[in-house]
Amino acid sequence: MSKMISKSLTTIGLAVALGTTALSGAAMAENLKVAWSQDATGLDPHKQTAFSSIRFLELMYEPLVRLDKDAKIVPALASSWEFNDEATVLTMKLDDGAKFHDGSAVTSADVKASFERILDEEVGSAARANFTAITSIDTPDEKTVVFNLDGPNVPFLTALASVNAAVVQASAIDAGTIGTEVVGSGPFKYESWTPNSNATLVANGDWHGGEVAIDGLDISVLPDETAILAALRSKQVDFALINDPFVATLIPQASGLKLAKAPVLSYHVLQLNPSRGPLTEQKVRQAISCAVDRQDVLDTALLGEGAVSGPLTMAAYATPVDELFCYTQDLDKAKALMAEAGYADGFDMSIMAATGEPPTAASEAQVLQSQLSEIGINLTIEMKELNVYVDHWLKANFDMAVALNGGKPDPYTMYNRYWTKDGNLQHVANYIDDDLDNLMAQGREETDPAKRKEIFQSFEKHLAEVSPWVWLYTGYSYAGSQDYVDGFEPTPTGSLFGLADVSLNK
Amino acid sequence: MSYPIKRLLVFPLVMLGVSIFVFVAIRLVPGDAITAMLGTESGLLTPKQREALTAYFGLDQNWFVQFWRWFAGVLQGDLGISTTYGKPVMTVILEHFPLTLELAVLSMLIALAIGIPAGIYAATHKDRPSDLIVRVVAMVGQSTPSFVVGLLLVYLLSVGFGVLPEMGTFVPITEDPIANLAQMILPAITLGTAFAAAVIRMSRSAMLDILQEDYVRTARSKGIPRRRVIWRHALPNALIPVVTLSGVEFGYLLGGAVLVEQIFALPGLGRTVLDAILQRDYALVQGAVLFIAFNFMVVNLLVDLAYAALDPRIRFETK
Repeated sequence: MSKMISKSLTTIGLAVALGTTALSGAAMAENLKVAWSQDATGLDPHKQTAFSSIRFLELMYEPLVRLDKDAKIVPALASSWEFNDEATVLTMKLDDGAKFHDGSAVTSADVKASFERILDEEVGSAARANFTAITSIDTPDEKTVVFNLDGPNVPFLTALASVNAAVVQASAIDAGTIGTEVVGSGPFKYESWTPNSNATLVANGDWHGGEVAIDGLDISVLPDETAILAALRSKQVDFALINDPFVATLIPQASGLKLAKAPVLSYHVLQLNPSRGPLTEQKVRQAISCAVDRQDVLDTALLGEGAVSGPLTMAAYATPVDELFCYTQDLDKAKALMAEAGYADGFDMSIMAATGEPPTAASEAQVLQSQLSEIGINLTIEMKELNVYVDHWLKANFDMAVALNGGKPDPYTMYNRYWTKDGNLQHVANYIDDDLDNLMAQGREETDPAKRKEIFQSFEKHLAEVSPWVWLYTGYSYAGSQDYVDGFEPTPTGSLFGLADVSLNK
Repeated sequence: MSYPIKRLLVFPLVMLGVSIFVFVAIRLVPGDAITAMLGTESGLLTPKQREALTAYFGLDQNWFVQFWRWFAGVLQGDLGISTTYGKPVMTVILEHFPLTLELAVLSMLIALAIGIPAGIYAATHKDRPSDLIVRVVAMVGQSTPSFVVGLLLVYLLSVGFGVLPEMGTFVPITEDPIANLAQMILPAITLGTAFAAAVIRMSRSAMLDILQEDYVRTARSKGIPRRRVIWRHALPNALIPVVTLSGVEFGYLLGGAVLVEQIFALPGLGRTVLDAILQRDYALVQGAVLFIAFNFMVVNLLVDLAYAALDPRIRFETK
């Protein structure tokens, strides 16, 4: 408080000294007031995988590479990198100017220690699954890191572009302070955090990525998104992250507010469980795919805020949807397929959805329920609290599920957990065939971009045709802000890293 | 043995019952701290990683050992460590409780300040248009959920006037009473008006009953002015059911008002427990529920004692 008083006194003093007219024209650096509805669940970048934690931690911690607004890989702590011809060895050069928040330089030893921590099973990092290909890490000098991989692995580079692969201080690992103290190298420094309430970050004046135009971030957790909208309207908040499309679409209607939105990689999907009853029949799954009017679900449940999509949501690999199996609703075909499979009279099943996750889950389940009733499939909707949903999902204890799954810029990193024979979540996906497994293996090894694209397009077409799941569409990430907040670029991952480029022009 | 002492002796039994119930209930719900932290990504963990995290969250022992460890701590005043806050549970509770207490007191004051005078007014103007208006307002007030009132207030103020109290960063009353009151007044009105409606209805009907009593008629026939009969003779007795009602409501409010805390982003006890449940922070759920149950019992005891003070005919003697 005393700090607040002295700060406001200084401001008043300044205003008096300079005269208010002198101040009104200039862009004053100050803290950006940010609001979001879901808070981070912890401070350990290697362990926290929830999106709400990632977007908070990536303001402070940095990985070796990151994704730009077009989902292209750009430098973060590494200024350059190179694969050998076989894609088995990745050599990276660290940015000479990269420093941790305590002033010490980021070295190859820190990188090595960080990845050894991720790979250490005692730590319990879920991101470990993406890095098990590492056989050893060499550090020929302070600024060079060499990853030796167990085979050709092109998607490895994309997997590095995540704060779950952040470089932390080797000394902090030894001291056991990761998760309790935050010493990163990113654009903002940690000042305070009260879970589910608020956080304060200050701009890192020494950031190797450039100058941060604001003084820092005052982050508030406002659990109700309509309250966030109200806070924006009354200028309590400069910038806010919105999940609910219903709230987001109201923002541009309020004067003085603007909305930044970008298509995201995460996808809405109707997951079928091919180990359950009639769903073991490929024809039944295909009938469901043909019976669903994807655009109608999108228009009804998401106010049309998104685009119908196949399994691959990244622009660089996506197949046009009209080339995918039954992407135009065809009820006659659906009924014929049901009859061929011996289910002309339909059947009863349940569909589970998580309460509020995403906010549109219940409406999506309802629209799907009504569409599938056209071919005699009677769905009972089961709404579950998120943790209960996750528990059922991990045990593959469901008939059908409405899900919003995270996407990755590389098809292999995105789907190897489900559609390879030894994928960690193959027991949930419950469907695999040789084609999917072989195409994934080829995509992992192929270094020629054009050939990779061909491989993954075959993969996508085949996946849509065998229909273990019915892919629906992708939505947007939304950020609402005051008109005077300039420079924020939304990204396909919904990252808030763009706050490093924001300035206030009041 | 006097009544309050007997009531106090029941405390430990109720607390033990609550402890066991909450301990078991939160564990019966599917999902644990690991799925809460990692979501579906927890499916990527190797068995060894899962083991390490299970041990980290203290879930590696069987329920009986877990309960005994926790309960032994409780007996020594140690409620355990919250995994989300990384602090002792007692510290977390005590950080959030003052806000909840303040909100409960403020909304109770608002409810009583509106409710009792309005109820008496309606009772003394029975079946006149003004009585009807008060009764309709009370009915509407009582049947409108508090979150609707809260959202309407937020909407009207932000859209109509472009003002809203500072949300997100809560200012304790000890730091800046004015800023604190600015933050608390809307939630207090939201909760207070809903409860005021109940107080109006209760005090009106209690007052009507009392006004029929012989002693009131006697007092009037002795020539005591109507005003004095109402305020001095009838009101104290009419307040007894209002005290019960308020006591129970106050007890509930001390457990936090989840919806109102969500809308106004207040870090009260209600939201703390909700978040703890969603994040499967077992120690915090158990500790906070125990704390709430304790407060509830204390408030109820105080209400019973207040009866005796208000109505000398009521005595808690053992036969």
